Order: sequence, then structure tokens, then C-alpha cells
Amino acid sequence: MKKILERLYNGIIKENPTFVLMLGMCPTLAVTTSAINGLGMGLSTCAVLIMSNLIISLLRKIIPDRVRMPAYIVVVASLVTVVDLLMQAYVRGLYASLGLYIPLIVVNCIILGRAEAYASKNPPLLSLFDGLGMGIGFTLALTVIGLIRELIGKGTAFGFNIMPSFYEPVSIMIMAPGAFFVLAFLCAVRNAVMMKRKQPLPEKYCTGHCASCMDTSCNIGKKEDDQQ
Amino acid sequence: MKMLNVSISPHVRSSKTTTKIMLDVIIAMSPAMIFGYIYFGWRALLISVLSVASCVLTEFVYEKIMKLPVTIGDLSAVVTGLVLAMCLYSTAPWWIPIVGGVFAILVVKMLFGGIGQNFMNPALTARCFLILSFSRIMTDYPTVTDGITSATPLAAAAKGGFVSYTTLLFGNHSGSIGETSALAILIGAAYLIIRRVISPRIPLYVIGSTIVFVAVFTLMKGETPVTLNYLSVQIMGGGLLAGAVFMATDYTTSPVTKWGRTIYGIAVGLITAVIRCFGSPEGISFAIIMANLLTPMIEKLTYPKPLGTYGKKAEKK
Repeated sequence: MKKILERLYNGIIKENPTFVLMLGMCPTLAVTTSAINGLGMGLSTCAVLIMSNLIISLLRKIIPDRVRMPAYIVVVASLVTVVDLLMQAYVRGLYASLGLYIPLIVVNCIILGRAEAYASKNPPLLSLFDGLGMGIGFTLALTVIGLIRELIGKGTAFGFNIMPSFYEPVSIMIMAPGAFFVLAFLCAVRNAVMMKRKQPLPEKYCTGHCASCMDTSCNIGKKEDDQQ
Repeated sequence: MKMLNVSISPHVRSSKTTTKIMLDVIIAMSPAMIFGYIYFGWRALLISVLSVASCVLTEFVYEKIMKLPVTIGDLSAVVTGLVLAMCLYSTAPWWIPIVGGVFAILVVKMLFGGIGQNFMNPALTARCFLILSFSRIMTDYPTVTDGITSATPLAAAAKGGFVSYTTLLFGNHSGSIGETSALAILIGAAYLIIRRVISPRIPLYVIGSTIVFVAVFTLMKGETPVTLNYLSVQIMGGGLLAGAVFMATDYTTSPVTKWGRTIYGIAVGLITAVIRCFGSPEGISFAIIMANLLTPMIEKLTYPKPLGTYGKKAEKK
């Protein structure tokens, strides 16, 4: 149980795919013009992510190491096709506004990233919750970005007009630059909050995982010419 | 016995300080702004005051909150505010210069590290931000105090109209607050060049290349004849003069090398001409901030080699 909760916390806050891992930037920047779009994109990615993590974790001992990438793609692409057809059938408005970005979930780095980094090495239940945590983190991030952009850029929230009538919408916020402004602002806020909470690092904290290590003063994993 | 004084470099200091340079820029801009106040009335003055106040206040508040040394004394925020006001229309509502000022200083300047660290001209970026955000308000051009409602000279010339030379020189036509009078801007330019605050290289290349490219593109399109009046309107009727003299020459965002300045000036002129001939009638502000983005690359290309090193040998050590 504790491990499951840890997975959820990890996906939503500690390693939030949007604000920390900086994965899946393409849908994050492109479809968050409104809160509904952000929520829809987040939920469809979340659904694919949970299922793909579960299936890949179940198949992790069968899939040969050499062809794992094509195998993952096949699993993810089938799931995306299912989601794509379901959305086309039941939520046509959202499907029309998300457009190309639904099929593009196949190449979303979060999904392949979690398959490679977690699901292929861990048991099914934990993988499922890892997918759920990451999915919720992604959904939350996209909804918040979409909400802020919609509120400033159009004066509405989830389609409801809530700003006073004299408010002049700042329409740059629903254009491409607005996505960068909001993403940068939210990243900065999250970093500021986490920096205040940060505990001093223990004496011996090197775990040998140089790729995910944030310590820039450490020289162990660096090549010689990087050090100069 | 008198001892020689041993000290570390620098041994020769210039008396130029940021404050003095900024003060020179403010003095140089004042004729153009005063002409604007005469033509567009008290609203133009109000917009300048609000713009300058919002820039200075934003810098002050940000530095207080972030516990940084307060740098409003160097007058650079005042210059940013003035440049912003210079390229706004006097019909803008009161909150436009305030929003613009906050954006210019907070997002473009302070978040990137304050004076000397911004990669785009803050005032012009704020203007483009305002145009993209409030396009309806920002394209509502004013009438001159004598009451003639007319399009800006550039818009008139694009349709093949004739604009008299005295109008262009003294600037009693529609346009942004500080851009209308060519004479006032030229006085400012002369002052800056005599005081050696700017070198004439960037403005000359910007204006020259704009004219050449505009002439070429207009001939290619073949819709309007390229006359002397058409080209004069291109130079004096819009923001080209003001942009070339006061905005393209910004120290932080323009190259320092001689050839770099040439390439930069031509780039500004080319982009301006492309926007003017194939897009909206005015394009100098977008052209300058796009060229600002090229500045680091231009500098890298044109960086002079130190004496005594030869090309590839020097890289190998």
C-alpha cells in the first residue's frame, strides 16, 4: 500500500511529467488553449498510460530485449487507436478541437518513458499505479495551464464567462507565446516551493544513478572533456 | 624621491556612465516626444508619464522583493518607458502603457537578469505583446489636433497616395506619439551621434537597406509605382526613423562588432521591407526584435581574431 501511494505522489508532485521531467511538451504547449482541451488531452493520455503500463508490465518477461521498442509502440498504438475511436464516437466536440494530437499520443515521450523506465522492470500493480500517478500529474498540469490561459486570454473558465465585463482579454495568452509564459511561470512556482522545503543532502547520497542525478558539482559520471 | 605608482589595470577610465548615456538618450528623444505632445495633446503626455512610471516602479518593486540592489538610478527604465510611449498611439486607454511597462521590465528585462542581460529590446517586445494581445485597441490610430482623420502616411502610400514633404518633415499626420516628425528625430539622431552615444552605422544601414528592399519588392509586385514620394514616405512616414535611431541601436541587443552592425542593420531593413510589402503597412518593431534574436549569432560570426593567431592553428593550440 505504501509503495502504491509513493507511486502516486511521485507522479503527481515529485516527478511531475510536465513541470519536472519536461516530457510531452508538444501537447502541453499546443492544446492547452482552454481548460476543457487540457483536461481532455490529459485524461486520454492518462487512460493510454495506465493501460500501456499494465500491459507492458505483464509482458515484460516475454518481450525480448532487442525488440522492446517496436513491441511497446505496438501496444501503445493499439491503445491509442481504441481511445481515438471511442472519442470520435462519444465526445465529438472535444475530438474535433484536439484533432491530430490524439493520434500523436502514440509518440508521447511520457508513455514510452514510463514503459522503458518503470513498467518493463516492475510488477503489474505498481506499474498500473505508476501510470495512474503520472497520468494524473499530466492531467493536472495541462488543466491548470489551460485554465490560466483561458482565464487571461478569453476571460472564461471551462467555457463559463466569469471575468467582469470591463476585462479586456489578453489574446496573446491563447496563442503560442502564452503557453510558454504559463509553463515557465508554473515551473518557477513549483521550483520555489520545492526549494523552500528541501532538506539538506545527506553525507553519502550518491546512488550511482548518474543520469537522474541533479548534483552538478559531482564529477563521477562526467567525461574528461566535460570537466575542463 | 618620487615612486612610480604600481596598480593593476584598467589604467584609463572613461567618464561615461550608464546614467550619463541614458540621460543623453532621453535628451535626444525629447524633441520627437514634444512634437508628439503638440500634435496629439495631453493624452500623449499622460501615456508617456504612465509608461515611464510603470517601468520605473516595476523595476523598483521587483528589486525590492528579490532583495537585489536597486538600479532605477541608471535611468534605463526611464528610457524603456519613453521608447514604449514613443511607439504607442495617443488614443490608447490608460492601462495600455501600464501593462506594457510591466511586461517590458518584468518579463523581458528583469527575469533575464536586469540591465544588459535582456535578449530583446524590452520596449519593442512590450509593444509587440500589446499589438498581439489587444489588436483592436492598438490599431485605432489618432487624429491630429487640427482634426483631419486620416490613415497613417504609410497606409496612404501603400494605396498610391501622395503625402506632402512638409507634412512628413514636421509630422502633423497620424501615427505613434514620437514617430511622426522626421525633423525632430533627425535632431535627436544628430545629438546622439555628436555625443558619440551611437555610431551612425546601424541607423544608416537600417534605413538604406529598407529603402533598397522596399523598392525591389514594390517593383516585383508592380501594384504601386516606385516614386520619390513613395520612398520618402517609407523613410519618414512611419516608425522607420525612430526605430533605426532610438530602438535598433540599443546597446544590449545590437552587435558590438563593426561588420556585425552592418549585417544586423541589413537584417532589420530586409525584415522591415518584407513585412511592409507583403504584410501589414508597418513592420519596424517586429523587424528589430527579430534581428535582436540574431545578434548573438552575428557577433559570433564577426568576432575579430586576436592579433597573432591564425585561423585553425589557433584552435588546435
